[in-house]
Amino acid sequence: MKRWTGFIVGAIAMLVVALLLVRVVGNEYFFFAGYVVLQFIVLATAWNILGGYAGYVNFGSGAFFAAGAYTAVALIKAFAAPLPLQLIAAAILTGLMGFAIGAMTLRLRGIFFSIATVAIAVICETIVLNWGFVGGARGATVLQPAAPVFFASYTRMLFVAMTLLAVLAVALARYIEISWIGRGLRAICDNEEAAESVGVPTLKLKLFAATVSGALMGIAGAPFPLYMNFIEPTSAFSLNYAVSALAMPIIGGTASWAGPVIGAILLGSVQQIVTVTMSSELNVLVLGLLLVAFVVAAPEGILGLARKLSRKAGSR
Amino acid sequence: MTAALLEVDAVTKRFGGFVALSEVSLTVRSGERLGIIGPNGSGKTTLINCICGSLHSDGGTIGFDGIDVTRLAAYRRTRLGIARSFQVPRPFSSMTLAENVAVPLEYVAHRQSLHGADVSAGARSILAQMGLADKADAPTGSLTQVDLRKLELARAMAVGPRLLILDEVMAGLSSVEVDEMLDIILGLSRQGVTIMMIEHIMRAIMRFSERVVCMDAGRVMADGPPDHIVQDPDVQRIYLGD
Repeated sequence: MKRWTGFIVGAIAMLVVALLLVRVVGNEYFFFAGYVVLQFIVLATAWNILGGYAGYVNFGSGAFFAAGAYTAVALIKAFAAPLPLQLIAAAILTGLMGFAIGAMTLRLRGIFFSIATVAIAVICETIVLNWGFVGGARGATVLQPAAPVFFASYTRMLFVAMTLLAVLAVALARYIEISWIGRGLRAICDNEEAAESVGVPTLKLKLFAATVSGALMGIAGAPFPLYMNFIEPTSAFSLNYAVSALAMPIIGGTASWAGPVIGAILLGSVQQIVTVTMSSELNVLVLGLLLVAFVVAAPEGILGLARKLSRKAGSR
Repeated sequence: MTAALLEVDAVTKRFGGFVALSEVSLTVRSGERLGIIGPNGSGKTTLINCICGSLHSDGGTIGFDGIDVTRLAAYRRTRLGIARSFQVPRPFSSMTLAENVAVPLEYVAHRQSLHGADVSAGARSILAQMGLADKADAPTGSLTQVDLRKLELARAMAVGPRLLILDEVMAGLSSVEVDEMLDIILGLSRQGVTIMMIEHIMRAIMRFSERVVCMDAGRVMADGPPDHIVQDPDVQRIYLGD
């Protein structure tokens, strides 16, 4: 329990700060941009559970994100379902997606899972493009409900909701990381055959990680339609999500839960700044260049770099 | 005469058209020290992989302690008590030595009672048995070849095995190091662990084995006490040529 005290205090502090900001900050854009950063924390954390801990790279995060978003759209159109219901439904659907792709490909080692995730992105986008009920290629307009009490706008409420989801996602990742599950996933990442030979049920653990990872990606996407008021396939399935979801943990450091958080805050903020001050096209370029730089110069990310530097300082 | 712990019955393994194991039958008694020799490519490692579950055999059955394990996943066989080392050491390279040993402790030995302190103390005591106590918190990247072999052994022993299968744990070691490893392995045998050892170093095989099996081209060519095996004309032909 001791290992959680600091984390829980930090998590509660985050939520309190979010609630305070909602009352104090006047500029609406702050929440608009903050939401995006928080959404990327969830997405990057989700990717890292399978990609970082177990070493199975998912190139289709965009498909999971969009599947979550379109689940929400379908529920809003059909029953005017409230946000919590949208989140739960998105998590179930994308969790099953993760499990299904995993069950088909994770028996094999190596790259097969990654290839399947690329395919699933194409399949999902094609389905949505041809599904008139959720707007098809034209997209769908989703009206934000009236802002609930305490909140001056619905976006501010979404900002707080996303803070809560980010905290929960990171807590889940941290739980997995420091438990026996995390040690098993790391063993799989290091050497799968050796892991199996010392009693680690590799297939079960990989399926578990794929399911949790998928579900969290869906959760990251579910509030997106209400946040944007509008959704269309090209932006929902944008390559940007797939690239960000893997670039952020890799740049932050995949070994620990803090890596994706650092990566998402850093890159998410840089992307927002570049989008506003330069152009929205440039931000993908910046992301790509940073990813290349880190893969070459600091393959263990910012966390690995910090550890190396502190070890050097310590030995001096 | 004690009961059979491992019963391999007519196991066949093919890779495409190549027959790696051709109806291999082998029995290992509880508490026995069995040496396996044979030229490269004779199917020794394939046999181990079939027994441990890394490979599934194409025919025949494998029984362990009266249970048919032929179709069981590798991790389930490990939990029944079959542990192995790999010919080329395969440490979990992102972890320290103690963490390496903690994985089997968490997944096999302490599965019912997960207590962090127990696992850590248990890992250290197993490392101490192998003479690795002072390196418990070191990363695996800093280890020498002998220490890597010892770590393989420690990790396998952490499973709490009844059958320990060693795949050339001494290959490439110096003569002093070979003796050091042999002492450790013979010590494990005295604790009651049944051991199968694949090895090319004849000196080690002769000192270790109560019985030796010689394989060639996917078959068992000879099976008997070590001094009989070295006199066997078939074995001499395999090793020395006609």
